[in-house]
Amino acid sequence: MSIINLHLKIWRQENSKAQGRFVSYESGPVSTDMSFLEMIDVLNERLTLDGQEPVAFDHDCREGICGMCGAVVNGHAHGHKNATTLCQLHMRHFSDGDTIVIEPFRARAFKVVKDLVVDRSAFDTLIASGGYVSVNTGGAQDGNAIPISQKIADQALDASACIGCGACVASCPNASAMLFVGAKISQLALLPQGQPERAKRALDMLNTMDLLGFGNCSNERECEAACPKNISIRHIARLNREYIKAAFLSD
Amino acid sequence: MNITHFFASSVGKKAIMSLTGAMLGLFLLTHLAGNISMFFGRESFIAYAEHLHSLGSLIHLFEFGLLIVFILHVYYALMLFFENRKARPVRYAVDRSSGGSTYASKTMPYTGAFIFVFIFVHLMNFHFTDHSISIADIVRNNLQNPLLSFYYVASVFALGMHTSHGFWSLFQTMGINHPRYDNFLQQGAIVISVIGAAIYSSFPAFTYLFKSFLL
Repeated sequence: MSIINLHLKIWRQENSKAQGRFVSYESGPVSTDMSFLEMIDVLNERLTLDGQEPVAFDHDCREGICGMCGAVVNGHAHGHKNATTLCQLHMRHFSDGDTIVIEPFRARAFKVVKDLVVDRSAFDTLIASGGYVSVNTGGAQDGNAIPISQKIADQALDASACIGCGACVASCPNASAMLFVGAKISQLALLPQGQPERAKRALDMLNTMDLLGFGNCSNERECEAACPKNISIRHIARLNREYIKAAFLSD
Repeated sequence: MNITHFFASSVGKKAIMSLTGAMLGLFLLTHLAGNISMFFGRESFIAYAEHLHSLGSLIHLFEFGLLIVFILHVYYALMLFFENRKARPVRYAVDRSSGGSTYASKTMPYTGAFIFVFIFVHLMNFHFTDHSISIADIVRNNLQNPLLSFYYVASVFALGMHTSHGFWSLFQTMGINHPRYDNFLQQGAIVISVIGAAIYSSFPAFTYLFKSFLL
């Protein structure tokens, strides 16, 4: 373990209506064993003791599985490490004296609530518009009653790894939610349980995405590169396929 | 779902970009193949041009179709460009690539605008011009001018950049992506663009460098 000192430039914004601005802070001594969020925790403790407003940021599990945390660090959603959420980004990846610029995820569909906290309820709206399967009747049946090949199950599981953190939207040059929607559509289109609502799901989820003010995908692959769960843009291709098929062939 | 609704959706608009892009790409390859006749001498180039013109109304029908495809491609590109800008009203203070985008993919709207202007210049030079002299002389008159010759090479370079992303992107947009051949499509788009741009730029380069070219 070693100790580093960092110059921080953090986006501070009182509320969604207020004008935000960058404020510079000195991190003070930071252990390289800390996570990025712990580094902000330490800063916040000091700010609180000094009678200042601590930096608001989202977090929950702090083990990279809940999708709650996230900020843009030096231009990278969740920081520069590949396949890592912000909470799992450790300070050993930074050097003494580095300047770190921390901004909230930026998108018209993600309003800044305060400082680094953004409202990602647009993702909940998307899920509610079709990212589910309806099982309306009967008791639970045997798990092996519906056969599925390992290959398909693997692909569906890969898509289901999406934690809905919003890094795809944050990193997309067009603030598009195609990777998120693609992962959800893929996961359910691959599984037998997703078949009854397959076409309706593709149409409803994509139309909802358009209405929520996300941009259009221009196949820049930034989302795939920034995704902490390595979701492939192959799922975006499947979403395109599902949507085109549903638009032209479904009843 | 109603079909007009499809073409108003993000996937529908991009499908138009993809399909019109594919058609424009096919036109580029045909145009390239025809122009190669320049390397077989003045006579074969003129013969090729006359052969095309002998198609009569068929060629006008094709030109009209191409114009429609081109207008659609540009119109939808502008619409998507402005929608995409609107989707992020506050830009990042520090904006870095995570490694997905390429120089070509980032500059699509700008190379597109460059090509748009070039097409007007190109049409003024070769289409809406005095056709009492042979096509070989029109090429020589235009491209022996160093500035124009350089402008043609630069435009072809922009075109190659545009298609090096576009030829792959159009498959992805139509939902064609498979681990087995996606890499092939990505590399193939670049290879075709490099070869195409190299051959295309050889026409202005040869005309300028070799004064007896097409004589």
